[in-house]
Amino acid sequence: MRGARLPWRRWALLAFLGLFILFLYGPTITILVLSFQGPDGGLTFPMNGVSVVWFERLFEKQAVGDFAGSLTRSFSLAIMVTLATVLIAVTAGFAFRRRFPGSDLLFTLTVASLVIPSILVSLGIGLLFNQAGLDPTWYGSAFGAQLTWTLPFGLLIMFAVFNRFNPAWEEAANDLGASPWQRVRHVVLPIVTPSVIGIALFGFTLSYDEFARTLLTAGSDNTLPLEIFGMTTNVTTPVLYALGTVTTLFSFLLIGLTLLALRVIVRTRR
Amino acid sequence: MMSRHWSAWLQATPLACVLGVFLLLPMVVLVVVSFYDYDSVQVIPAFVLTNYQEALGSAVTWRIYVNTLRYTLIVWAITVTLGFGVAYVLAFEIRNRTAQTMLFLVCTVPFLTSNIIRMISWIPFLGREGLLNTALQRAGLIDVPLEFLLFSDFAVILAYVHLYTLFMITPIFNAMMRIDRGLIEAAIDGGARFRQVISQVILPLCKPGIAIGSIFVVTMVMGDFITVRFMSGGQSASVGLMISNQISLLQYPAACANAVILLAVVLMMIAAITRIIDIRKEL
Repeated sequence: MRGARLPWRRWALLAFLGLFILFLYGPTITILVLSFQGPDGGLTFPMNGVSVVWFERLFEKQAVGDFAGSLTRSFSLAIMVTLATVLIAVTAGFAFRRRFPGSDLLFTLTVASLVIPSILVSLGIGLLFNQAGLDPTWYGSAFGAQLTWTLPFGLLIMFAVFNRFNPAWEEAANDLGASPWQRVRHVVLPIVTPSVIGIALFGFTLSYDEFARTLLTAGSDNTLPLEIFGMTTNVTTPVLYALGTVTTLFSFLLIGLTLLALRVIVRTRR
Repeated sequence: MMSRHWSAWLQATPLACVLGVFLLLPMVVLVVVSFYDYDSVQVIPAFVLTNYQEALGSAVTWRIYVNTLRYTLIVWAITVTLGFGVAYVLAFEIRNRTAQTMLFLVCTVPFLTSNIIRMISWIPFLGREGLLNTALQRAGLIDVPLEFLLFSDFAVILAYVHLYTLFMITPIFNAMMRIDRGLIEAAIDGGARFRQVISQVILPLCKPGIAIGSIFVVTMVMGDFITVRFMSGGQSASVGLMISNQISLLQYPAACANAVILLAVVLMMIAAITRIIDIRKEL
């Protein structure tokens, strides 16, 4: 479109993108700054000195509920969800490479899992456990509830890989005498590895931040997002922002490490 | 032939089991319980239609539905415009591949961070003594702080747009990246202006992406309760919030009846979107 473009239009469009990014990150940066509020500071500007006192408060148990406990639970749950999502989505991805009786139904169910409002899934699972006489727990019912959110994303990522996958590579391996297992191990798996890392990242972060599906399924022990939400109603100090800063930095650290791992994989293959 | 199906079935079994137990079965339970009776202390297994009659016969329910649909429509209109604009700049204005990937990541990474924290982060901006009010007062534009910024419909819609625009950007950007650049060159060579290129070449080719983004945004706003509760400060209602309130009052059958109605409405909206635009090409 080079010939028709006026320079001011290009600048206007780039400025629009810049403003959008500012809109996206501005609030987060604000609470990042405010979490270093001085001991007498409040929830808004101005900064009343600079301190890390709110971060210290965060780790005192009585101050803000059970932060350490909920963090441990959320972390363990996220690991469980990540492993389950990777295993189940990758195997299902292999199944969907060909049509099989019931594949359309299973695909519809997976998409439904993505579009059914979270609160309905949460309520349904809560009631199901209730009717079955089981206690809802974060490692049982909430684990299942979160899988209904992470698995569709995992499967869609697998679809994206296999759509671009050239069957000739496998045929070549076959012609060279590879067994079916060797074909998967030495041809298919190396190609899908970066996507598997992507699925793991999605599984972990979506589980770690999940709220609505966990709300009615976690039982008596809170996960971190539930704890944070509880805090919004009764905590009126910047300790809330300190918590926001810690969890956001953690997410970014994780995303950064994943991208780094992907880069290393791509580099070493060249 | 049969053995090939067997291996596919075996590979699909874990997924089918998880979705069967944690999606299909719970939805069946929702429907069953929606016909149960209840009093102030317990849920009574029965087959009554009172929950549906109460839900559909109440003016409050209808008003809440209208309010939720209003949110959905406004948020959809804003996110589709913003999402299309951002995707357009990313896909066509950023020509360096590395910069393009980086900026795309910048625009989508917040999806992987906490929604609740992202909502909380509006407090110092919109509050009575927040940045926006302070700035407007310093500039002499207002004398008293604007009260409507936080805890209002404005705040709810702002938060939705902030949270959900990236669900529009991703599918529209994907659709745009598949457009053959030659088509655009041809349109320009044929004398098309910028606006015509957008409306007659790019927009039609992005429709499946727009549909996918719309399904995400519509279903998430329709089913939301947490954003409305937090950002309206309890002053506005949505269907999700109504269901969540009934749950906290232990009125499970009433909550289930409303859940079934909401599910029907959401599925009808998705059906309408997919009827207007065929998304299968995109999958």
